Amino acid sequence: MGFLEALNYPIYVAIFICVYSFLAIGLNVQWGYAGLFNAGVAGFFAVGAYTSAILTSPDVPGRLGGFGLPFIAGVAGAMLLSALVALPIGKICLRFRGDYLAIVTIGVAEAIRIFARSEEWITGSSRGIQNLPRPFGDLPYVYSQLAYLALVAAILLVVYLLVERQSASPWGRMMRAIRDNEVAAMAMGKDVPFRRLQAFVFGAALMGLGGALYAHLGRSITPEAIDPMIASFLIWIMVILGGSGNNRGVLAGVTIVWIIWTASEFVTDQLPMEYALQAKYGRIFLIGLMLQLVLRFRPNGIFPEFRPTQKDSRKPDKSDKA
Amino acid sequence: MTRAPMLHCEALKQFFGSFCAIDNCTLSIPSDSITGLIGPNGAGKTTLFNLIAGAYQPTGGTITFCGQDITFLTPDKRFAKGLVRTFQIPHEFQHLTVIENLMMVAPDQPGEGLLQNWFAPGRVHRVEEETRRKAWEVLEFIELTHIADQLAGLVSGGQKKLLELGRTMMTDSKLVLLDEPAAGVNRTLLRKIEDKIAYLHKERGYTFILIEHDMEMIEKLCDPVICMADGRVLIEGDFKSVRSDPRVLEAYLGEKAGTKH
Repeated sequence: MGFLEALNYPIYVAIFICVYSFLAIGLNVQWGYAGLFNAGVAGFFAVGAYTSAILTSPDVPGRLGGFGLPFIAGVAGAMLLSALVALPIGKICLRFRGDYLAIVTIGVAEAIRIFARSEEWITGSSRGIQNLPRPFGDLPYVYSQLAYLALVAAILLVVYLLVERQSASPWGRMMRAIRDNEVAAMAMGKDVPFRRLQAFVFGAALMGLGGALYAHLGRSITPEAIDPMIASFLIWIMVILGGSGNNRGVLAGVTIVWIIWTASEFVTDQLPMEYALQAKYGRIFLIGLMLQLVLRFRPNGIFPEFRPTQKDSRKPDKSDKA
Repeated sequence: MTRAPMLHCEALKQFFGSFCAIDNCTLSIPSDSITGLIGPNGAGKTTLFNLIAGAYQPTGGTITFCGQDITFLTPDKRFAKGLVRTFQIPHEFQHLTVIENLMMVAPDQPGEGLLQNWFAPGRVHRVEEETRRKAWEVLEFIELTHIADQLAGLVSGGQKKLLELGRTMMTDSKLVLLDEPAAGVNRTLLRKIEDKIAYLHKERGYTFILIEHDMEMIEKLCDPVICMADGRVLIEGDFKSVRSDPRVLEAYLGEKAGTKH
């Protein structure tokens, strides 16, 4: 038992790494594959978290829901609603250049955060939504954490494999072509606005999934959890540092950045009170410095976009020419 | 000549701000022809291509392709109808390999849908193999098999020109717009491109519109020839009559003696 308890903290960190991996893979689909600058990851994260919370939490008078639905329904609803929120945003903004999308997504994410804080009848405002069901929640703490980690990791594996298959398929080739030269891709018959929207909505659904898994982890969601510093910008750093366009790189980026982020919190908490507060900002500086160094020395990330091109060199068999 | 027009532009106009790039341009492209489009720099040839291919929407006028009005269709819809173009400055996908540049062009790939990749991988794989085989045949035709796996951004300018031509062969197009396929290409390669165009015209039945400054190539391949100047059609006819027309000599060929194109 003592051994397992020593694992408490690593398990906790690992769950967070998995949860943020959904956001990072979602962003990788949008930015790495389609070149869409979504600076409002936190917004879709919030939509996912609150949707699942409203669907699954027990009924509270004076607030919409909760509908007391099972976990799986909450997760599915979270993905669906995040996608539905992304749809009109994408429809309007993807016609413009990247900067417009960035501005609008930041704005939407902030609007969602303020909405969550003020609209008591939907989100419970600052108290948030409590008592969400949690899979394996009845087990003793360590086992429960371990089981939740296994669940989240399994979902992550499925998502990773699906996205990898997309990336290696003609879809991935088309998206890279669009990113390389939009005009030529259009002239070669590709419906560029639709494909962009598709990537944007797909990525947003993955972010919503991450939000839902985050909410069920802590059995609650409050507006404080939607910190754009972490849920938007730290995610960006993870993707860029890991290597945008490469899912394995992105997963490595999540792991590295999150471990540095939590470990630095661990360190600053040991400092005397008067320094601890300043040290908190030092952490943000540290992450910024790391990003600067990566952009300076490895602009494509630690693990740049890797593509197995060898397979194409194979001359096709004459036999299947028949 | 009783060939029905494949493409017809009626009173086409294109303004960029107050500058009139295409000024009331009316022309017809007969099916099963290689139409040469010549004229001085800035005559509006490439702008006309952009309008036909759908990169711009015209300020005025209509474009009819195979009897259908395509004036306001997006480029991808025109591609689906069998209209494909090349670019004067090669628009290769630089981070795709040469063969991927070709494979990407194939229309109606099931692997381009999200769901089919997840739920019908067998079908995606079959079509992908078919596409690869077709792309390899095109590479053999344009003689680029040795660089199939190089990133297209890294190959030479002439090879990019060939790749542009190759991309048009990945489709079952009716009308191919070639924008200066020979510009910046050495003489031997130029003759090769010429032969390939003639072959595609004869064997595959492509109709071409060809913008070119190389008069030898125009003479060898094109009938009819259209000469443009100042955004409109100056004269149209066979090569000899266009070449000897005094207006063409003045607007285009005459100045060739003194200046390079």
